[in-house]
Amino acid sequence: MRKIILLAILLGVAGSIRLGALPARAQGPSLDDEVNRIARTLYCPVCPNTPLDVCNTQACVQWRGLIKEKLQQGQSEQQIREYFVQQYGDVVLGAPPPQGFNWLAYILPVIGIILGAVVAWLSVRQWIVRRGDAPAAPAAAPEIPREYAERIEKDLKEL
Amino acid sequence: MADFALADLGYASLLLSLILALYAAGASIYAARRNRLEVFASARNAMFATAALTTLAVGVLEWALITHQFRIEYVALQTNRAQPLLYNVSALWGGQEGSLLFWAWLLAIFTAVVLVQNRDKNQELIPYVITGLAVSQAFFLALMTVVVDPAQTGFFILLPFMPHGAEALVGNPFRTLDFTPRDGNGLNPLLQNPGMFIHPITQYLGYVGFTIPFAFAMAALFTRRLSDVWIRTTRRWTLVSWLFLSLGLLFGMQWAYMELGWGGYWGWDPVENASLMPWLTATAYLHSVMIQEKRGMLKVWNLVLVMMTFCLSLLGTFITRSGIIQSVHAFGVSSLGPWFLAFLALTLLSFLYLLFDRIDDLREENELDSLISRESSFLLNNLILVGAAFATLWGTIFPMVSEAFTGKKVTVGAPFFNQVNGPIFFALIVLIGICPLIGWRRATAENLIRNFLRPFVVLVVTAILLVATGMRDWYGVAAFSVCAFVLATIAIEFYRGILARRRQYAENWAAATTNLVTQNRRRYGGYIVHIGVILCVIGIAGSTLFQVETQANLKPGETMQLKQYTLQYEGLQIYPTENHEVIAARMTVLENGARVGTLSPEKDFYSNPNPDMAQWTTEVAVRTTALEDLYVILAGFDNKANTATVKVIVNPLVVWLWIGFGVLLLGTLVAILPDPREARALARSRVKEAMAKA
Repeated sequence: MRKIILLAILLGVAGSIRLGALPARAQGPSLDDEVNRIARTLYCPVCPNTPLDVCNTQACVQWRGLIKEKLQQGQSEQQIREYFVQQYGDVVLGAPPPQGFNWLAYILPVIGIILGAVVAWLSVRQWIVRRGDAPAAPAAAPEIPREYAERIEKDLKEL
Repeated sequence: MADFALADLGYASLLLSLILALYAAGASIYAARRNRLEVFASARNAMFATAALTTLAVGVLEWALITHQFRIEYVALQTNRAQPLLYNVSALWGGQEGSLLFWAWLLAIFTAVVLVQNRDKNQELIPYVITGLAVSQAFFLALMTVVVDPAQTGFFILLPFMPHGAEALVGNPFRTLDFTPRDGNGLNPLLQNPGMFIHPITQYLGYVGFTIPFAFAMAALFTRRLSDVWIRTTRRWTLVSWLFLSLGLLFGMQWAYMELGWGGYWGWDPVENASLMPWLTATAYLHSVMIQEKRGMLKVWNLVLVMMTFCLSLLGTFITRSGIIQSVHAFGVSSLGPWFLAFLALTLLSFLYLLFDRIDDLREENELDSLISRESSFLLNNLILVGAAFATLWGTIFPMVSEAFTGKKVTVGAPFFNQVNGPIFFALIVLIGICPLIGWRRATAENLIRNFLRPFVVLVVTAILLVATGMRDWYGVAAFSVCAFVLATIAIEFYRGILARRRQYAENWAAATTNLVTQNRRRYGGYIVHIGVILCVIGIAGSTLFQVETQANLKPGETMQLKQYTLQYEGLQIYPTENHEVIAARMTVLENGARVGTLSPEKDFYSNPNPDMAQWTTEVAVRTTALEDLYVILAGFDNKANTATVKVIVNPLVVWLWIGFGVLLLGTLVAILPDPREARALARSRVKEAMAKA
């Protein structure tokens, strides 16, 4: 128990070093920060796999400008996102919206893992020796002649 | 003229290598079937000659790159006169043709090493191992020497001395131009970074390395020698290749973090995923082989895992090089795609044929005593690892699938993978803590309680402390407490082992610790790797969940604030270097009001004789401490007004990601060191197999 307390104290010291005290966001976000926050959830419609907040193409600079304008007009994040989806399609979203065909993207990994689990479960069941049965003798490994085994051990020592 | 002769020399050595590799593939099978030792010796020598000739070809291309032989197209595309020597050297793997050559060369060298290692061992397997390696080698050599683009010629394969053959070759690194340009285009500036010098080397060493265990697996299937001999023989090849795949991930992430300048190191980009997938299946393989070695089980599964790793390595190269999946790092789009797919299909089909044909030789040798056992816990870890690889693969190709079936373009980016892979990886981390504590064959309730009570207390205490100190991000609380749980289980394992040694041999703490590790290298090396992985997880959780950022447009003298940091903008500095122009924003950094230094994030301009090739890159400035990185990006500037748009990010705990990789490296090295125990086990398996065959 003493050790546990010691460990707890150590962890406490480690944990208390401001990690817990991290603020969720910087105080009073500026307009630029708001733009970046929204832009990072949208993907550049022209360059593959690049969030809008880090894309350096001229088009993206303009799109960030557009977000800024819309924020200044008082539009909400939701409205801005909807505008981009309407203009450029689902490709601006970082993940396919879970509807229709896109469900496959989310469901197939789950189905795969469940199927794998079923196969694993069935295999394990097959391998288990039922309780009460005499434990099976280890599979008949061919006996190694003693003099041969001794020679190998001797050779190995000399290695 | 000199460059022209050079190109011919390089090309001729590759063509000769191809012929020799094809000869070796056929000759060694013939030798094994007909018991012709002299033919086998000649097949071996052919592979040694291939190694020498590809080395010559690499030497020729490097020489051409360093001495600016711009008549060779590859040299003109990948280098220029202003480029530093380091990046002229690394241009070998900077482009597609060079990468193919680099791959073929590594494979040739590895093959030579395998042949020397096994000069009087595994004589039944080696002829078929040679065939496997030679076929794989021939594939890469053929891409460089005889395979042409059917769109241009109407044929698939054309010998280069036929009219218009040489120009249509898809992967010839020695293709020449009709004229000698005065200067070259230069390596993509994004690749001009020390991380990018080393990342492809390690990545390719890992990818190519897995050809060796796969070739042994195929040879074992072919010869029906399916005990654990092939696994134990390739144990260190597997570990070394895995280590290089890990280092490939590390250097790739460091490059992304420092060079792409978006504040992170992992964007779930197709190319990043391509390097993660074989790592995941290889990790599963490293674990599941233990079941076969100890208990003679999971034979089919291990073959499947090593096949998956090999195929995913090829797929990785295919994705990086084919441009079929749009990616920010798909350096080079080409007509190689169908060839890679064909080779993948061929590999897969021959593997499946052999597997089903030999299924009777692959029966499990043992039973389990209980549902909860080390064996079943390993199955679970394999399920999760392969599940993660599958989810990653599916997410990577889904945009293509979606476009093919519905015609709709979608993006599968970080938000998707965080949602789908996040829970899978979380389960994996929990298993790292649980699996090693469950006994072989059967686990009883008492030993489960004995093993898990203390780590569980640590988990609860950590969670309470985190919440008490103000953490309200529940993902964070869960991640960090599970990390504490896993670290506690490993610490207890070490503590118990050390205590046992102290009692039994009366050793002091230092001696007991050293002996514990060095006498059970594989087990404790593995634990050290686990510690490394957990440190990585701490870094990833900290920087993903608690990242904060702010951006401001500053005039000289103005300041911006983020957390305890104040950054004062001092002005722009503009100066030329050897091959680019630097625009740097000088920032004075204050932490809690005290000056701690200056940071100068840059925008670099790489001009080019060809204006389309001119390019801007971002060089971030980072101040690292054990707790967090202060990461500063120059997002934009106006040199007339001397203003700068600066983005500042605080990335908590990132350094632990890099430290974690260091620990992982250390643990893997411990496990790789020659171990007399392993050598004895291998010798015993050989004898057993020989007796069974006799």
